[in-house]
Amino acid sequence: MNHITPAIPAPDAIPHEEPSYLTAERGIGSWLLTTDHKRIALLYMAALTAFFFIGGAGAVAIRLELFTPKADVLTADGYNRMFTLHGTVMIWFFLVPSIPTTLGNFLIPLMVGARDLAFPRLNLLSWYLFIFAGAVLIYALVAGGVDTGWTFYTPFSTTFSNGYVLLAGLAIILAGFSSIATGVNFLATIHLLRAPGMGWFRLPLFAWAIYGTSLVMVLATPVLTAVLLLVIAERGFGLPVFDPSRGGDPLLFQHLFWFYSHPAVYIMILPSFGVISEIVTCFSRRNVFGYDFMVYAILWIAIAGFLVWGHHMFVSGQSIYASLAFSFLSFVIAVPSAIKVFNWTFTLYRGQITFEAPMLYAVGFIGLFTIGGLTGLFLASIPIDVHVSDTYYVVGHFHFIMVGGAVSAFYGGLSFWWPKITGRKYPMTWARFAAILMFFGFGFTFFPMFIMGYLGMPRRYQVYPEEFQVWHVMSSAGAVLLAGAYLLPMGYLAWSVFWGEKAEDDPWNATGLEWSTSSPPPRDNFRTPPEVDEGPYFYHPEGEGPGHDHGDPHRDQVRTP
Amino acid sequence: MIRFWPATASDVAAQVDQLTGVLLAICGAILLLVGCLLLGFSIRYRRGSSAKRGALPEIVSREVEVGWTAATLFLALFLFAWATGMELRANPPQPDAIEVHVLARQWMWKTRHANGAQEIDALHVPRGEQVRLLMTSQDVIHSFFVPAFRAKQDVLPGRLTELRFTATETGTYNLFCAEYCGTLHARMGGTVTVMEPEDFARWLAVQPRGDDLAREGAALFVSLGCAGCHGDRRGGSATVRAPKLEGVYNSPVPLQDGRVVTADEAYLRDSILQPRRDVVAGFPNVMPSFAGLVHEEEMQRLLAYLRSLKDAP
Repeated sequence: MNHITPAIPAPDAIPHEEPSYLTAERGIGSWLLTTDHKRIALLYMAALTAFFFIGGAGAVAIRLELFTPKADVLTADGYNRMFTLHGTVMIWFFLVPSIPTTLGNFLIPLMVGARDLAFPRLNLLSWYLFIFAGAVLIYALVAGGVDTGWTFYTPFSTTFSNGYVLLAGLAIILAGFSSIATGVNFLATIHLLRAPGMGWFRLPLFAWAIYGTSLVMVLATPVLTAVLLLVIAERGFGLPVFDPSRGGDPLLFQHLFWFYSHPAVYIMILPSFGVISEIVTCFSRRNVFGYDFMVYAILWIAIAGFLVWGHHMFVSGQSIYASLAFSFLSFVIAVPSAIKVFNWTFTLYRGQITFEAPMLYAVGFIGLFTIGGLTGLFLASIPIDVHVSDTYYVVGHFHFIMVGGAVSAFYGGLSFWWPKITGRKYPMTWARFAAILMFFGFGFTFFPMFIMGYLGMPRRYQVYPEEFQVWHVMSSAGAVLLAGAYLLPMGYLAWSVFWGEKAEDDPWNATGLEWSTSSPPPRDNFRTPPEVDEGPYFYHPEGEGPGHDHGDPHRDQVRTP
Repeated sequence: MIRFWPATASDVAAQVDQLTGVLLAICGAILLLVGCLLLGFSIRYRRGSSAKRGALPEIVSREVEVGWTAATLFLALFLFAWATGMELRANPPQPDAIEVHVLARQWMWKTRHANGAQEIDALHVPRGEQVRLLMTSQDVIHSFFVPAFRAKQDVLPGRLTELRFTATETGTYNLFCAEYCGTLHARMGGTVTVMEPEDFARWLAVQPRGDDLAREGAALFVSLGCAGCHGDRRGGSATVRAPKLEGVYNSPVPLQDGRVVTADEAYLRDSILQPRRDVVAGFPNVMPSFAGLVHEEEMQRLLAYLRSLKDAP
């Protein structure tokens, strides 16, 4: 159990007069120059919301255009710029930073029992880098347009594309530095600032997930930097690297690019695993099933994620033996994901489950992630991948993982920790409705893509044969629901900040250090430095289950007085 | 009518569909299992229900965890072995395959049959015979994709890639460019028409054509000066000693560094563009590079000519 010494008095007795981190300092300067990880998390949240709208605008343009087989809304170049905008903004300025920089920033010090991250000023610097990079990218996309797709394949990007490729590359390099700085900060914090007694196997799974994510960020992102520098060298300075007419190799780009970009998929999904583990265990009142297996699965994914990049290149002309090895490793990496799904499911077994909004997001996540993961098995099989690579099947697959998975988990995590972050509660009925709407909206938008992809609809097509129209119409219609499901929480969450009911310190009766401090937490997180003498989950005594049929699941929570 | 499944028009397509079908069944079963457990547990163990709680039963323990990890791993390995085996056995090269040269450029497919007949954004092939596409690109990376054949291969600049298929059903099928290649990527498509062999022969015979590829290649062989060294030694015109090229295609060639390579298209192409890389054993390293002098269409003709050279008896 999380044993806080000296023990906190009964919750009612805590005097709430000490200001929270929100009210400790005032004025715009106190936000823009803050080194408080919690305030920086909110700064990130504001920036990510803006980027989510920009990237979402790209998606709206794409889905509008694809409603009919002909070109109606955009020019050919306009369409190419829109999917480039959607991809670059959503990947590097929303999905990669989403959970780590907001929930991670806010929660990691709280979860390990620290006052702040290891390098608070570096944390602020990485936010400024991120904002600057985002501004440069938006300028490049709006002023000159970039039409390479988010993948920047050579020799198209280096020799043939017109547009601000150099500037976009630079922006992504800068965003990469921000990402590396964030990763280093988390690694250092988790290594060095754990509270007394907080052993590695007493870390909450969210902290483990962020740890795995940070490892991948720190090790993979430099390769992206390197390959984008090579693109800049060739495009800007004529250094022959990828151009075959001057002895270069265009496939070298793909190898380097996917060496980052495949692990980047795990940067996007690993944090979600952490969020879902925390939510599922809390709302089923059962300790996580197979905690240590969950930890090993995270590390297995983080490491093996580096070894599968070649499965993006089965039709590129790489050797069949390379494809064989990459296919094998891609099948192997399915195993830890399966472990996680089974363990979440078995955490429900013999629980006392309630279905507040975070739990609905989590159950939805497990369903969507399972579909996303299983469709990955088809892609790992070389003969099927040859047929469906670069089709909508792939688009469907990665949206199931990265949007159905990561974005659902982000919304779920936000609704789980919102009372802690803001000290307010949001209207639960609306939140439940939004969670259910997101599941179905997502399904209607992206499931048709598997079918049209297998039928042969290539991706990045503005115009297409009429036989595919029915699937595109379904997808565009689903996107309307999905947009509603994304906008709705923004509305009621914003509402709750002003008019929401005040939240208790531990509104969900969850375990974990972050719930033992006030909501919202004080500037320095804990009034008394916490000490820990048991694992993160103590919803019931070991070897027993949560008791049956009573209104207070907390009754089983053993707290030493 | 809404299609749920693409047309199946090649031998590989049938195999791929079979693999897809089995995977769908396996994944459907897993999804059903997860879905049932998820919903079942959610309902049965909702708060306050009268279902039995307490410690987990013996059976749900570490052994279960190890068990399903192992089961998933074995399933993954089985699927890998099956899929890969299929890939390795698919389309073994046949000596009498019909060869077609494909040249991709922004945003057009040019195909050229061995007799010189040319098509743009179209390809006609006979049913039941293996077709071998030798593909290269003039600019960026493209990808030759025929969904009905379940066949796709990227087409790269500066390199030859190969795609083999055997069509099994007559008809006209979509051809797409699957690798994003710039402004009109979405319009870089066409059709592949599969005909009965006799119809195909008739079709091919009436196509307007220049000289056939090999004949044009022979003219280039002389005009580029290749014949000066590699020419017919019996005629006595060759002054410099160079490897003889009659029958060289697809034969083993010993190199100076001791390796033995097969003189396929890729090797012949490299030897024209980068002659100093793989020098044939026993010959001086004197051939100049023709990179920049021979463009891709000329390269196709030269290769066709070299393939046509039969060994003198």
